[in-house]
Amino acid sequence: MRKKLPANFPTLSKAPTGIEGLDQILGGGLPVGRPTLVCGTAGCGKTMLAMEFLVRGATQFGEPGVFMMFEENAAELSANVRSLGFDLEKLTAQKKILLDYVRIDRCEIEESGDYDLEGLFVRLGYTIDSIGAKRVVLDTVEALFAGIPDSGILRAELRRLFRWLKDRGMTAIITGEKGDGNAITRYGLEEYVADCVIVLDQRIQEQVSTRRLRVLKYRGTAHGTNEYPFLIGPHGISVLPITSLQLEHQASEQRVPLGIARLDEMLGGKGVFRGSSVLVSGSPGTGKSSIAAKFVETACRRGERALYFAYEESTAQIVRNMRSVGIDLEPWVKKGLLEIHSSRPTLQGLEQHLVMMYDLIRAFRPNVVVVDPISNLTMAAVDNEVKPMLMRLIDLLRKEQVTGVFTSLTIGGDATTAPEDSQVGVSSLMDTWLLLRNLEFTGERNRTIFVRKSRGMAHSNQVREFVLSDSGIDLVDVYLGDDRVLTGSARVAQEAQERAAATLRGQDHQRKLRQLAGKQQSIEAQIAALQAEALAESEEVHFAIAQETLQETAKHQNTDAMAKRRSGTGKTAEKR
Amino acid sequence: MTATAHYVLRLYIAGSTPRGTRAISNVRKICDEYLEGLYELEVVDISQHPMLAMTEQIIATPTLIKTLPLPLRRVIGDMSRSDRFLLGLDLRDIAEKAPSAITR
Repeated sequence: MRKKLPANFPTLSKAPTGIEGLDQILGGGLPVGRPTLVCGTAGCGKTMLAMEFLVRGATQFGEPGVFMMFEENAAELSANVRSLGFDLEKLTAQKKILLDYVRIDRCEIEESGDYDLEGLFVRLGYTIDSIGAKRVVLDTVEALFAGIPDSGILRAELRRLFRWLKDRGMTAIITGEKGDGNAITRYGLEEYVADCVIVLDQRIQEQVSTRRLRVLKYRGTAHGTNEYPFLIGPHGISVLPITSLQLEHQASEQRVPLGIARLDEMLGGKGVFRGSSVLVSGSPGTGKSSIAAKFVETACRRGERALYFAYEESTAQIVRNMRSVGIDLEPWVKKGLLEIHSSRPTLQGLEQHLVMMYDLIRAFRPNVVVVDPISNLTMAAVDNEVKPMLMRLIDLLRKEQVTGVFTSLTIGGDATTAPEDSQVGVSSLMDTWLLLRNLEFTGERNRTIFVRKSRGMAHSNQVREFVLSDSGIDLVDVYLGDDRVLTGSARVAQEAQERAAATLRGQDHQRKLRQLAGKQQSIEAQIAALQAEALAESEEVHFAIAQETLQETAKHQNTDAMAKRRSGTGKTAEKR
Repeated sequence: MTATAHYVLRLYIAGSTPRGTRAISNVRKICDEYLEGLYELEVVDISQHPMLAMTEQIIATPTLIKTLPLPLRRVIGDMSRSDRFLLGLDLRDIAEKAPSAITR
């Protein structure tokens, strides 16, 4: 089953290998109908890669394949690949795969005159025809150099063989041992196989060996050029591209609450976006795991599936410890909604951890994933390897729309200036970053939390106190004032003090009001007295005036009367 | 030492090529000279019987396999080097006396 491309799309047709990640790097697969050289040092997985290409071709893409081997026999090979879950006996019986072991023993061969390798062609042609093969693997054709005395003939014949494979339209993998120095292969096979060259490599760094893959050359097509780590796991090879070639994840509008009401309130009231990644970082004992556990519990309550990767505590430990802060995970574990995977970070290399996570996520199909903590993984790896690994994990989570919570330990961060740099540079990968801090003040340690960042949503800029108690997790407003942030007992004391001060102030006001009223009263009394005085005075004045008027009148009357009396006309005076 | 044992030889060729034909005649020529009456030769065309190429582990053609006497030995080529051919059949002392190549 070749990948059908539209006619107006003049790209090379590709045969998917079915190997996780490799097709992505190859932009679809190996070139159809052409040989590909896979080379590398001993034990770097050439045979496994070739075998998986064949098995996947036969089982997933309906392309039977011939595996011609020169070093191992069929029984050995079958035993070796059984560890990858490939049942070669069954596939052979179903005529989907044909194994042909080419045995050459130099010491029983004598050379007499001119010859060619037509025998090999006949064999290969026969095996291809007998199962209708579309794919061919030659592993490792270089062994012929040890068996065929005349390398001149051999080289000419190999050139003819690769040409012949092309003419027959076989998508082929030819494996080759890495040569000394800069040589790609020991016998220069790359000279004959020029369409696609994949180089495998195995390196040991910090006692952890990592296999890497690189597409050295791929004629006529775009391909990933980086070195990609790969693993031979229980389900075959998986190459995990450091960054997928595209960034085209779905962005969900749906929100997922973290389960702590006031924390969700800080995140725009609704929690984080589905499929986003949340980093919870903080110094030891700040409650990172508790937040993660609460998140998991909340998800399970909603009936969602949750996967918890623990690198510090065992499952039983987590369940017990979380119960102490009112989070009971056990029922969800029993119900099968929650799976806790505890392992030591040093158990395996980072790549293996990643592949294990990939496998589990694929198998369990969770809605939420917790990695607790990511900082512990650095124990197993060089620091700068953690970021690419996380990037790949986050890529997967985003693709599958899984919400992830990652806890991370900041080292020595009980001061307010927590070394946030210790986040192995992962914060840029995260959509939401919650920062937990310890505040030590007046002989007491308290936890604070704040939202360092949260992409695509309004979020609170406030520092909250983070309280863990038997009844659960809660956030409390911290005391802010006098240029100080107070938490815990100090906050409570401050609050009491505030209350007392307020009472006092209230009483003072009352008193002042009363004083004022008294003063007002006395002023009013004074006013009344003054008014009375004024009244009395005016009455006095009026009286005096009246008296004077009366005297005046009386005086006039007297005068008139006198005048009358003096003039003798009393009538005139009376008329006036 | 002269050959006394009975030789069972099988010559594998791929189709009727000049090289194959040459190999057949060369084998007969050498064997008739040094192993007269002591050998039986079977010529197998693997393009007719490709299954045999697999079971008999034929890679190069022509290939001559000496199945008897043991041990099993293989000689590859058009058998134009008679000394090498005899060496391949474990006939060391004859090989030393034989001419290095067949002249045609």
